[in-house]
Amino acid sequence: MNLFDLSQASADVRAASPAQVQLDEQGRLRHFLDIEGLPRSVLTEILDTADHFRGIGDAEVKKVPLLRGRTVANLFFENSTRTRATFELAAKRLSADVLNLDIKTSSAAKGESLMDTLVNLEAMQADAFVVRHGDSGAAHFIASQITPHVAIINAGDGRHAHPTQAMLDMLTIRRHKGEFANLRVAIVGDILHSRVARSQIQALNTLGAAEVRVVAPQTLLPIGVETLGCQVFTELAAGLKDVDVVIMLRLQKERMDGALLPSESEYYRRYGLTRESLAHAHPDAVVMHPGPINRGVEIESAVADGPRSLILDQVTNGIAVRMAVLSMAVSGQMKARAERRGERSRGAGA
Amino acid sequence: MQESEMHEEHEALPEVEALLEAMTEELELLFERRELDRERLIPVGIHTGGVWVAQALRERLGLEEPLATLDIGFWRDDFGHKGLPDGGQGSQLPDIENRDLLLVDDVLMSGRTVRAALNELFDYGRPRRVLLACLVELPGRELPVQPDALGANLALAPGKRIKLEGPDNLRLTLVDTGEVTA
Amino acid sequence: MKRSLINARVIDPTNGRDGQYDLHLDGGRLIAIGEAPADFSAEQRDDLAGKLVTPAFIDLGAHLRDPGPRYKGSLVSESAAALAGGYATILPRPDTSPVLDSASHIRTLLDRARDVAGVRLAPLGALTQGLEGDLLANMAALKSAGCVALTNLRQPIRDLGVLRRCLEYARTFDITVVFQAQEAALAGQGCAHEGAIASRLGLAGIPESAETVALTQWLLLIEQTGVRAHVSLLSSARAVDLVRDAKARGLDISADVSMAQLHWTDEQLEGFNANFHLEPPLRSAVDRDALRAGVVDGTIDAIVSDHLPHEAAAKSAPFAVSEPGMTSLETMLPLGLALVKAELLSLPRLIETLTFSARRFGLKGGMLEVGEYCDLAVIDMEQEWRVSSETLVSAGHNTPLLGMLLKGRVEEVLLGDTGYV
Repeated sequence: MNLFDLSQASADVRAASPAQVQLDEQGRLRHFLDIEGLPRSVLTEILDTADHFRGIGDAEVKKVPLLRGRTVANLFFENSTRTRATFELAAKRLSADVLNLDIKTSSAAKGESLMDTLVNLEAMQADAFVVRHGDSGAAHFIASQITPHVAIINAGDGRHAHPTQAMLDMLTIRRHKGEFANLRVAIVGDILHSRVARSQIQALNTLGAAEVRVVAPQTLLPIGVETLGCQVFTELAAGLKDVDVVIMLRLQKERMDGALLPSESEYYRRYGLTRESLAHAHPDAVVMHPGPINRGVEIESAVADGPRSLILDQVTNGIAVRMAVLSMAVSGQMKARAERRGERSRGAGA
Repeated sequence: MQESEMHEEHEALPEVEALLEAMTEELELLFERRELDRERLIPVGIHTGGVWVAQALRERLGLEEPLATLDIGFWRDDFGHKGLPDGGQGSQLPDIENRDLLLVDDVLMSGRTVRAALNELFDYGRPRRVLLACLVELPGRELPVQPDALGANLALAPGKRIKLEGPDNLRLTLVDTGEVTA
Repeated sequence: MKRSLINARVIDPTNGRDGQYDLHLDGGRLIAIGEAPADFSAEQRDDLAGKLVTPAFIDLGAHLRDPGPRYKGSLVSESAAALAGGYATILPRPDTSPVLDSASHIRTLLDRARDVAGVRLAPLGALTQGLEGDLLANMAALKSAGCVALTNLRQPIRDLGVLRRCLEYARTFDITVVFQAQEAALAGQGCAHEGAIASRLGLAGIPESAETVALTQWLLLIEQTGVRAHVSLLSSARAVDLVRDAKARGLDISADVSMAQLHWTDEQLEGFNANFHLEPPLRSAVDRDALRAGVVDGTIDAIVSDHLPHEAAAKSAPFAVSEPGMTSLETMLPLGLALVKAELLSLPRLIETLTFSARRFGLKGGMLEVGEYCDLAVIDMEQEWRVSSETLVSAGHNTPLLGMLLKGRVEEVLLGDTGYV
């Protein structure tokens, strides 16, 4: 029971919810920061649009002119060749111009605050920023406080969210398993540090998955993780029993140093996905991994390269999903801009 | 041919059959005059109504090449105002390099759909020749686009739009736009 | 000047007073309560009908940002903020720039305060040199220079052996030690209460055990060494229980809680609201309720401001890199009155918690004593005012109440030994 109605406080000190920041009054996407706060209809729209873009990707001509003349700037404060490459590819397939800003090596490294770095960038008049940052909430901060009128796409913020990864995983699941209603999904690995896991759990729940499970030793489970909407298992066999989708998370070497795990070998023995442990899952179960994979640490090569593995599909779907969110968010911003200028949309000519 | 709002909708609009007849005749003449090889002419219908009309024309003209389809959703020029197009069926095109195309749409008004279709076609390749066949033409052209074959030239009352119903029993109907300008 | 304050409600919890009393003062000294003496003729009579008069408040642990970088605040701005909030005496925290770990620093501060500060300072000195937790500070000298207590704030002490020595040495000179309970290794890099909300937001958590484990260690060492101690800024229900037990066992220990902890929980972190980034973190509703109960039943003796003004940029950053703290001296009264209005606290008890530190640290003030200089706060409990950059006196505007219309304002603080000049 709060004694004060803080909704009456100045906007400068109020924080917007993920729904408020990402969606405009018409419920259109204007930033893509977080699965939290997005209704099922928006997630489904992303999947359907991505499906459509996948079709384009299979055709001879892979480009569409949707974002021709627009600029997409990649702001990666954390290293990531793969994710940045797929975002760049996605932007180029939309015919956008791409700007790669390697912030790590420039102003931020000199101690310039995030706010100062970005205020300078706003002057570049990009139509979208794809941001990856080491602090949870960074994308939310940028979208709500620095550049609300430039579409912000969260490519991963701290431990908090990695919504494009979650959506490409959802697309992969949907393409192979159909609807979510009867699916049991297990996410195995370092849930504590995983922004991917948090987004996946939320996406699966919003899309109506039957059951979401996390499997990890206690040291790698966040306090209160079940409140995200999942069942908690510390034993792999029990966690995988009869599941339809197994998502393996990458284990970072630093976890041994932080006294979270004793050794890779013990982890592999107890939580590694091998042909043997996979047998606990449903016979038709599929295997996914956001990559890059650590062979022999969280997953056996035979499984990673095997017939049930959808890892390569995930990569292809990643481009389509990123094209979808880029075009949806930029479209939302453009419409809002047009509305602000008081234009009325002209009826479509034939 | 001014439509009066007092007339019954269906009575005022022409029968599609008749329009297809007229178009087929025009196209036959065109094939002769321009010496078009109808065996290699590719019919390309623009989703959704244009596909139905193209199918019908392909049958009547006895074209050999399978029907190609164009979804111009992502090539529209109103992304800034209207955002992403809904749904979409995707385009199905063969290799169009140096080929003759018969581009078909149901309603021609501003000309932007045809322009988007041409943009998309040229992203795929470089056709030798593109002919345009439209079932119905309305006033309100905004771009220099003219059909090579046309079913009928109509004018509608303000606030009305025309729509082709299908895919079976093709027929034209009037729809309210809710807007004053067509 | 002879002055009478009449018709006000006077609350003086130490002396059990709560009612309508007239106060008669001469040159800042309290001459009589109630009827004026026969030979007393006031030069100024203030009719304070409808107002509340209490001893002026005393705050333990506010950051006055002096010495230190000007853009965060200064003695001038923050002591003015204190006065605006109803405070006559501040026990400022010593993590200034430089740290207050030497007698000369304390003397410099007090000299400056005499010139520019509107309020009285009763400094807290550092328990270890530089607050680094390794070497004892010159405790006796600090006391002589004017420190009323010593503290290492939230900074870790090298090990328990060193901590024990710190407490023994302090006891030698009858020095009170103020401490904040935080076990550094358990707190890690955390910035929010370790719970479901931090987990969802992906914020590193500070578990409750970081507070309770440290508190337990300190309490046992306090018991062993016999030092007089005060635990500041409690944040968890379990910690309140530990303090209650310790008091029941007869330890000479007192405790405080910040006003913010009595109002808010980690729910306020939604949307990564850096205005609620505090140290210690806002915990759960269960913790908040236990803290409230602790204030009511006397386990917690004082409510403090934990005043920490910041420039705007400090809060304009992703949560974990934003700087913790709120500017709070000026909103203490309306926040306290809101607790009273919600019947979570009685008004006399509220005043008691805002004045407790005087008695505990051997300071003048905090009560009405006939014959003594008297610091008073004149309060209008009904006055509404909007928190804004115009109305706030502090250099920092970092409060989540910015823009809010609050009820309750301090009209005036009368400092006794200035003769109310």
